Amino acid sequence: MAAHVQLPRSVATMRMIKTAAVIFCTAAAAWANRASQPLSPTNIFAPASTPADMISTLSSLVVTVTGLIFLTVFSLLLWAVVKYREKASSGPGEPVQIYGSTQVELAWTVIPILIVVVLLLATVRAIASIQNAVLPPSAVEVSVIGHQYWWEYRYPHSNVVTANELHVPVSDPSHPTPTFLKLLSADTDHSFWVPRLAGKTDLIPNHPNSTWIDPHETGLYLGQCSQYCGVQHAKMLLRVYVETREQFDHWIEQQSQPAVASDNVIEGRRTFESTACVNCHTVGGTAAAGKFGPDLTHLMSRDTIGAGIVPNTPANLRRWIQDPSAFKPGCLMPAMGLSDSQLDAVTAYMETLR
Amino acid sequence: MNAFSMTVSEHQSQWRVPARGPVAMYCLIAAESAVFTIFVVAYIFYLGKSASGPQPAAVLHAPIFLTMCLLSSSLAIHIAVRFLRMGNVRRFAWWWGGTVVLGGIFLAGTAREWRHLIYQDGLTIQTNLFGTTYYSLVGLHAFHVVMGLTALTAVLAFAIRGDIRQEHSERTEVVSMYWHFVDAVWVVVFTVVYVIGR
Amino acid sequence: MSTASITVGNASSDHRPFVETLHQWVTTVDHKRLGILYILYALVFLVFGGIEASIMRIQLIRPHNNFVSPEVFNRMFTMHGTTMIFFAAMPIVFGFANYLVPLMIGARDMAFPRLNAFSFWLSAFGGCLLYFSFLGGNGLYGAGNAPDVGWFAYAPLTSRTFSLGHSTDFWILAVFVSGIGSMGTAINIIATVLCMRCPGMTLGKMPLFAWLNLTMGGLVILSMSPLTAAQLMLLVDRYLGGHFFDAQAGGSAVLWMHFFWIFGHPEVYVLAIPAFANASEIIPVFSRKAIFGYPVMVAASVAIGFISMSVWAHHMFTVGMTAAGNIFFVLSTMAIAVPTGIKIFNWLATMWGGKIQFRTPMLFCIAFLFQFLIAGLTGVMLAAAPFDWQLSGSYFVVAHFHYVIVGGILFTVFGAFYYWFPKMSGRMYNEALGKLHFWLFAIGFHLTFDFMHIPGLLGMPRRIYTYEPGRGWDTLNLIVTIGVAFQAAGTLVFIGNLLWSKWRGVAAGSDPWDAWTLEWSTASPPPAYNFAVLPGVKSRRPLWDLKHPEDPDWHYE
Repeated sequence: MAAHVQLPRSVATMRMIKTAAVIFCTAAAAWANRASQPLSPTNIFAPASTPADMISTLSSLVVTVTGLIFLTVFSLLLWAVVKYREKASSGPGEPVQIYGSTQVELAWTVIPILIVVVLLLATVRAIASIQNAVLPPSAVEVSVIGHQYWWEYRYPHSNVVTANELHVPVSDPSHPTPTFLKLLSADTDHSFWVPRLAGKTDLIPNHPNSTWIDPHETGLYLGQCSQYCGVQHAKMLLRVYVETREQFDHWIEQQSQPAVASDNVIEGRRTFESTACVNCHTVGGTAAAGKFGPDLTHLMSRDTIGAGIVPNTPANLRRWIQDPSAFKPGCLMPAMGLSDSQLDAVTAYMETLR
Repeated sequence: MNAFSMTVSEHQSQWRVPARGPVAMYCLIAAESAVFTIFVVAYIFYLGKSASGPQPAAVLHAPIFLTMCLLSSSLAIHIAVRFLRMGNVRRFAWWWGGTVVLGGIFLAGTAREWRHLIYQDGLTIQTNLFGTTYYSLVGLHAFHVVMGLTALTAVLAFAIRGDIRQEHSERTEVVSMYWHFVDAVWVVVFTVVYVIGR
Repeated sequence: MSTASITVGNASSDHRPFVETLHQWVTTVDHKRLGILYILYALVFLVFGGIEASIMRIQLIRPHNNFVSPEVFNRMFTMHGTTMIFFAAMPIVFGFANYLVPLMIGARDMAFPRLNAFSFWLSAFGGCLLYFSFLGGNGLYGAGNAPDVGWFAYAPLTSRTFSLGHSTDFWILAVFVSGIGSMGTAINIIATVLCMRCPGMTLGKMPLFAWLNLTMGGLVILSMSPLTAAQLMLLVDRYLGGHFFDAQAGGSAVLWMHFFWIFGHPEVYVLAIPAFANASEIIPVFSRKAIFGYPVMVAASVAIGFISMSVWAHHMFTVGMTAAGNIFFVLSTMAIAVPTGIKIFNWLATMWGGKIQFRTPMLFCIAFLFQFLIAGLTGVMLAAAPFDWQLSGSYFVVAHFHYVIVGGILFTVFGAFYYWFPKMSGRMYNEALGKLHFWLFAIGFHLTFDFMHIPGLLGMPRRIYTYEPGRGWDTLNLIVTIGVAFQAAGTLVFIGNLLWSKWRGVAAGSDPWDAWTLEWSTASPPPAYNFAVLPGVKSRRPLWDLKHPEDPDWHYE
């Protein structure tokens, strides 16, 4: 038989290095939520809302249990590889042949079953708490409609229709005011994922879904579409603004107004209303009532355009109108072929839609 | 070069393994059953969900006669194979031919039913969910009938040419298993489409 | 009495050895040749899939990168997944099964040699059809017409409305055609294992490799068909105006998901179970001990096969099933962890008390144990549905399944290559190059897939051609991409080693590893008829019995 080339120690060393790397990575992620400089605005272990919190707790249990299993089995593997390697001193002949052992096999069947039962019970509890939660009547209701490649938000009780930036009130744990999201789709499958607020839920045409959030702290929470929906799936970003009750009510009130009518943008408004813009866009209180694209009534109240991808500045807005593919190649808004002066006029008109 | 030799004499006389023809046919039947199961599930799932267009209760009439033809063809093929096993090739050929004829009647009747559905009732595969699932499921079955009849006709041709003898009974039995499967599927399709679905 | 004359062949005229050889290979029905054809075919497509992955990783090396357009990127991930699953992993599995199963059970060929050839060529055609899509439409300049709907092709993205042109049709037809080939091979494997065993080899005395491939065959039969059915429905929608998945007419996108995953989940076990088969043959030989707990290994493997058909909707925890529905699939998914864990423990126990030899096949299998353990545990994490509500559709899932398929399956496949290469080619591979391949690939694998878990935990979804800076994903993506270079290097060393050793390697002899199953009892490579005299066996390790007549296995079984 060919001579053996043995590297037993380096095998063991590499095993240890690999384990260290794995442990380090998982530890780093779990550590993230304690760092003063947050590791990420979309860290699932930095929950700011009850569903995300429940998930984070369950996840910590699962990671701990599986981590312990890993350490146990890995230690046994390492031990076996080191202790039972063939050595020069091993001598000839085969080791004792052992074909099985009923007690051992029973043990390592029963113990995993018990572990599974524990994890199952914890999981069932979390599922029930999140999916079967009874929301108080004070919950805010929003319909989220997914489009290729933007988000439509409707507040049915306030007659507000807006796009891409979701505003919700902060929820005090002692008197919760959660937000109930009804999830619908206008075209293909999407998924609503804001990791710090809740797990993701899909938006599927002809299959209404729902989810809820009750953010405990004000601020801006980020996410993005998480179900492949076409060429610009990557740039369908989510921005959730959690505000105090006063700020939220004020925002609702603002958003329910019709569009600001300003006299010195007549030319831009005429261009807007006479080209195909009105086929897709609505501007409240005007002739523009298209439903295919985002509602522009209060476009200037948003920080970003293009579903969160660029800041809402006049230069960006003008560039977007000129050629959306410059920012989002393949998005469904065509370049309208406007001349420079038309572009300036329309941009100026858009700038008045506060 | 064989470095080791192992003697077989004491084993060979009692060594029994299944025949590969029937095993392969059972596997094929299992695979096809899975395909049909998916179509049946889709049919049942969409029952009652067609928003418009003709509905099952209005346009479907249970094809009792055709079903009897198809089920009798199973009996006929069973008898045919029995005769071949006994060595009676002539009787085998007649009963086998009878199977083909009965299967052909079934297909013709289905075609007639479809013509009525399309031209008189206005139900096509595009009309609504019922149309899509109905034609897909029944059509898939009819396709399998066509495949079966093709195989059966080939065997019939061999039989007429005198190429089939008693020692071929196992192979013909394997072919007949496929035909029994096609009939069994029809029992399920019939029940789901014409009994439950209406 | 007539004298038989043998014509040796006219050396002078029409002597075209290359054409002769080509003709022999193209028309072969010999399971060994078909096995090699499957394996070589798979290697080619493995390289294609690797190139597609590399393109994706270069695009993702930093945020807002411009290496490829979104259209090209979306085609890359679709083609990468489809290629790797259907045209790399499945052919590898079928190739090894084809080559080894008849040899291991003491048969001369598979049950249906011509069906075997037909199945191979059908599957091969499917792969070529899929890649032809790059040349259709606008040709390479416009990235052709390759499918871009993801390898699981969710409806309604695949409908005529959202998927213009024929790119989706290439996906449907290529996979459909190769699926029929797969079913033919599966039927062949089942019939071979059940009907062609040599005298004395009861089902309880077959090598685990045979048992596991039998299980795999059964899974293919039951799981490939739902995909075939669903693809037929999709064709009806796209070409006959049907409404199976047409939301406007009341059709259900979720129905496609159910049908796809009823196929999709057992499919990964179709790939994993033969990987277990490789490990179950290699680990005992290089630990110099019989496999620990053979009956339970069989039972666990078959149980995994059965349970795997009931877990599918754990891919759909986020689609809005009821709590009861979610709970059922949590239960079945966690349940499957039990027999899987049992197998890991049995392999460990096989090594325990043995005399472990760190040859290249064993290095890959030890790494497999380590990596499959981790993969299984991240699977348990994903089985906890609420945890999955965060992690589904993120890079954590991508890391998990690559850990299974690359860290688990591909590592044992590499092990299998090295272990059976001497048998198939008659030569030994170069051991130093083998170890170099192992270390390069292992380092690259861990750089890429260990670190890939973290962006998922930090909110990075999958199938995105670019990402925003400031989310904490940048450095991690960079490290992930660097790992690819190591894996590519390792793969090149591997291919070089195979090629070099095929022509320059030392002669291997029939049994270079001092192993115990029947394939090592015949020449390397085996003659066309496999065995001069069909063997008979009395135990699970017939060659152990011959080499240790004083202490044969059948005293203990």
